[in-house]
Amino acid sequence: MSAPVLKLDDARASKAAPAAEVVAFRAPKAPSPLQKRAGDVLNWATTTLVPPLVVLTLLLLFWELVCSRPGSSLPPPSQVVTDTWELIVNPFYDRGGLDKGLFWHLLASLQRVALGYAIAVVVGVAFGVLVGQSTWAMRGLDPIFQILRTVPPLAWLPLALAAFRDGQPSAIFVIFITSVWPIIINTAVGIRNIPTDYSNVAKVIRLNGFEYFTKIMIPAAAPYIFTGLRIGIGLSWLAIVAAEMLIGGVGIGFFIWDAWNSSNISDIILALVYVGVVGFILDRIVAFIAGAVTRGTANA
Amino acid sequence: MSKQAFLSIQHVDKAFSRGGVTNEVLKDVSLDVNEGEYISIIGHSGCGKSTLLNIVAGLTGVTKGVVFLEGKVVDEPGPDRAVVFQNHSLLPWLTAYENVALAVDKVFARTKTKAERHEWTMRQIELVNMAHAKDRRPSEISGGMKQRIGIARALAMQPKVLLLDEPFGALDALTRTHLQDQVMQIQTELKNTVLMITHDVDEAVLLSDRIVMMTNGPSARIGEVLSVPLERPRKRLELVSDRTYIAARAAVLKFLYERHRFIEAA
Repeated sequence: MSAPVLKLDDARASKAAPAAEVVAFRAPKAPSPLQKRAGDVLNWATTTLVPPLVVLTLLLLFWELVCSRPGSSLPPPSQVVTDTWELIVNPFYDRGGLDKGLFWHLLASLQRVALGYAIAVVVGVAFGVLVGQSTWAMRGLDPIFQILRTVPPLAWLPLALAAFRDGQPSAIFVIFITSVWPIIINTAVGIRNIPTDYSNVAKVIRLNGFEYFTKIMIPAAAPYIFTGLRIGIGLSWLAIVAAEMLIGGVGIGFFIWDAWNSSNISDIILALVYVGVVGFILDRIVAFIAGAVTRGTANA
Repeated sequence: MSKQAFLSIQHVDKAFSRGGVTNEVLKDVSLDVNEGEYISIIGHSGCGKSTLLNIVAGLTGVTKGVVFLEGKVVDEPGPDRAVVFQNHSLLPWLTAYENVALAVDKVFARTKTKAERHEWTMRQIELVNMAHAKDRRPSEISGGMKQRIGIARALAMQPKVLLLDEPFGALDALTRTHLQDQVMQIQTELKNTVLMITHDVDEAVLLSDRIVMMTNGPSARIGEVLSVPLERPRKRLELVSDRTYIAARAAVLKFLYERHRFIEAA
């Protein structure tokens, strides 16, 4: 019974033998670092850059077609570019008063957001820690927070104007009050979700309150805190445009409102593009910081 | 009181109350542990063995009774009773080295210089053979390696008693065997006093000088204490056919599965 099987094996072996001699690959040349890098860039371009560009082109084409008819209420993209060419190529001009380049308007808005958001981060994390840490603080403050956070940002503006009697601090207050709630709530959730194991470790090695705060609490809650910070920065940018429309002065929101009053629809469209891009960049910046800070924390 | 054991658990009761319902977990638990002894506490799940360990660690308070360590009452956690937690509980944002260093820097803040602390941290990491992965984060190393760092962190505190809460429970069988050997070797070297929670009969017999068997909860007590008079160092393979080993194993199994069977099968 075993003999035929052996024969089969022999036959297979002899057939396979010549093939072994023929096989003589030349070692493939390893790609140089430069080539590899170029490959990476190409790969990134095809997967990340090309799809949105294609879609964008299609949308612009569609827009161009729809709005090119005579009597259409909005300008087509080609018209927008020609109308706003001066604004596009010269964002830094300053003719005094409100007649400034878009850069200055954006900068003014960003400064307000930076200040309001910075206050919101400090206050939000502090209250979040308090509410997350203490059951009594949570019972007392949480219902109030839950109600206040549903108040639309702009509804605070008249009250702020009444209190501060000035546009600038009012706008900053609106930014603060808009972005502080998600920061408080997410921080509190993060603090409450710190595993007992971590606090047990802290107890065994006898960390004091301050060490516990800096070495355990903040890093452990960091992923949650950053979720709040990201939502917060998005909301601030949403609120600033609306707030600036009402308070006036230099700022991208007022620029849009001013353009509407002088019927420069193309200016509005250009400003919207800038607002979108800046908002996107702000979100990316916070996301990048979050990624760098919370490395490894999310997946233990 | 003059001749008190190194670690003495005296008439400890523990009850948890929640919403008016009181749940008695431990009832009149007393145990004396000598210095350098390796004690295993074995019992079915829910028998309160982890609660007992937490009481010794100071993480849980007693309802009645008292725990003495070297004649001093234990009422709060501290580095003299280092705990190796079941799920390693390393801090995920720190590297293996930093996890150990956190404990070392805190415990020896006043007694060692910075250089000495670094050296001490490295020594603990080398003791558990983890020097090659000292800069990795917990998410980048295997379960066994995490637990080794957990052990290094606990040993680094130079505890009077080392408390192990099912230290090998979450590991696969091969890793567990390897780690048990390592712990045995370290214990032979350092002569630590160890209190280990386990539900693995072989592990208990292999590692322990005495095995404390707990009855089922609620109101769990110490049912029986078994001495394991096996010579050290112990060799896993040789023990398989050793009479004392087999007898000890049989005694524990008998206790767990005949006399105190777990009724609500988990």
